[in-house]
Amino acid sequence: MEGDIAQMGQFIGAGLAAIGCGAAGIGVGHVAGNFLAGALRNPAAAGEQTATLFIGIAFAEALGIFAFLVALLLMFAV
Amino acid sequence: MAGDAHEGGGFNIHPMDQFELKPLFGGDVIHWYTPTNATLWMLLTVIAVSLLMVAGVRGRALIPSRAQSAAEMVYGFVRKMVEDVAGKEALKYFPYILTLFLFILFANLIGLIPASFASTAQFAVTGFLAIAVFVTVTAIGFYKHGAGFLKLFWVSSAPLALRPILALIEVISYFVRPVSHSIRLGGNLIAGHAVLKVFAGFAGALGLASVAPILAIVAIYGLELLVMVVQAYVFTILTCVYLNDALHPGH
Repeated sequence: MEGDIAQMGQFIGAGLAAIGCGAAGIGVGHVAGNFLAGALRNPAAAGEQTATLFIGIAFAEALGIFAFLVALLLMFAV
Repeated sequence: MAGDAHEGGGFNIHPMDQFELKPLFGGDVIHWYTPTNATLWMLLTVIAVSLLMVAGVRGRALIPSRAQSAAEMVYGFVRKMVEDVAGKEALKYFPYILTLFLFILFANLIGLIPASFASTAQFAVTGFLAIAVFVTVTAIGFYKHGAGFLKLFWVSSAPLALRPILALIEVISYFVRPVSHSIRLGGNLIAGHAVLKVFAGFAGALGLASVAPILAIVAIYGLELLVMVVQAYVFTILTCVYLNDALHPGH
């Protein structure tokens, strides 16, 4: 019985951690959307900024991956 | 990846089993020197990179063959990236960065072949790559600037009262770099492969209706191809950013 409750806690925790993945999705969407908005205003300057775009996306996405990692640890390593 | 041992029906999905390390020549114990499947697939990665970059350009033809133009494109792409992000003086370290890019790109793509093993999904592999970058970049910073490298942590554009706090934050963020650098790559790979495996499990369990998950696998596979290339690019460009910090510290 106690093991069941502990397992339930693991699963609930993993599900809660997965919220972080969605939050990272919001972040990545913000980065890409704002880049597109700026790029369409000044297409000439857009090409040089794609590297910055990817760096921004990478930083936003890393946190989502951390959340995913927490979920994985809860599911398989605890 | 699809259809190994999940055809029995029921949702018996083990998406993490594919990342298990196994010794190549039997036995159960893995020492630090034991050749495992990760070793094998990394070796294949190195062979693939060598085939493209050494054998592919051996002709040095004026009108390049397909392999040669692919190799030249990758070379030019990475070289331009290093020059744009980290400046002209970083070109000295271009061979290292090209090696990193090619190794990660090929390891990612080879790991995507069904029934293969994704060596860059092992945090040991990505962690080693990230720590190597971290140590190299820190060494370059101290070698080039001596104690002046510490200016990187001293935000001179901020108000004086705020600077010690910012310095603390900068130091922490500096030391978190290898962690996020490695986990970003490894985590993306684990996530992608696990999703593919979960859908493969659905396909095994649903019987006739498994057409839908199989189509989904095809779509996700395309997405994963993109993710693999982008992650190799991101790892490399972050290396360039860190190198830029080491070559031009101070804010």
